[in-house]
Amino acid sequence: MTQGVPLVVERGETVAVRTSDDVVRVRQAVRARAIEIGFGIVDQTKLVTAASEIARNTVDYGRGGTLCIEIVREGTRRGVQLTFADNGPGIADLTVAMTDGYTTGGGLGLGLSGAKRLSNEFSIESVPGKGTKVTLARWKL
Amino acid sequence: MSEIPVLKIGDCLLVSIQVDMHDRLAMELQDDLTNRIVSERARGVMIDISSLEIVDSFIGRMLNNIAAMSRVLDAVTVVVGMRPAVAITLVELGLSLTGVRTALNVDKGLALIKSIDDAGGALGRREG
Repeated sequence: MTQGVPLVVERGETVAVRTSDDVVRVRQAVRARAIEIGFGIVDQTKLVTAASEIARNTVDYGRGGTLCIEIVREGTRRGVQLTFADNGPGIADLTVAMTDGYTTGGGLGLGLSGAKRLSNEFSIESVPGKGTKVTLARWKL
Repeated sequence: MSEIPVLKIGDCLLVSIQVDMHDRLAMELQDDLTNRIVSERARGVMIDISSLEIVDSFIGRMLNNIAAMSRVLDAVTVVVGMRPAVAITLVELGLSLTGVRTALNVDKGLALIKSIDDAGGALGRREG
C-alpha cells in the first residue's frame, strides 16, 4: 500500500471457509462487495477468481478457516480487501509455495501465484504448525 | 448419473455447466462423461461454460482432465461459450488449458469437432 496514506476500513464482514460449499459462498459474498463499490465485470471476475483460489487452499491445505471481506479506502481510492486466515499446518517455504506449478496436493500449483497476479496487493504470512494468513486487495481504478 | 445433464447431439455429447461446481459434482461429471462416450460411441464432447462467471484452477483442472480422458477414448473435447472476462482472467491466472480445444459457441464447436473427426479424430489417425 502507498506509504503515508492511512488505510481506512469502511465496512467488514467475516465468513467461514470450511467446506467446498463455503468456497461457493465466498465467491458470492466477494462478488457482491465488488459490485457494490462499482467494479467492472473484468475486475469482479479477477477478484472473485483470486478469492476462489485462496478459499480452496484454506479448505484443502489449511483445514478450514475464515475470510474477512472489507471495503477499504486509501486516500481517494476504494477497494476490496480479503484476509484469509487458518490455523492449519502452515507453509514451510513460502518462496517455493509461490512458484507457478508447485503443488503438494495434486492441483495445478497456480493458486497462490495466480491469485497474486490477479490482485493489486498481495501478502502472505505463515508459521509452520500455527497457520497461514493471506491478504489481498484489488482497487477500483 | 451426475446432477449435470449430458445431452446427445448426433455423435457428440453436450454438457452445459450451469451450477457452481464443487469437488463431488466434478468427479461425478468426469465419471458420467467417460461412461457416456463409450456407451454412445461419441466422437466429441462439448462443454458449454457460458453460464460460468469464473473459471478457477479447480474448474480448469476438471476441463483438462475431461479432455485427456476423452482423448484416450478417441473423442475430441471442445469448450464453448467462455465469457470474455473469464478468458482475460484465465490468462492472468496462468491457466493455459493445454489440450482443450475452444470454440465461441455450440455451432462452431460442432463444426470444429466434425473437422477434427474428418481429419482423423482425437488420436490423429483415421479408422478403417
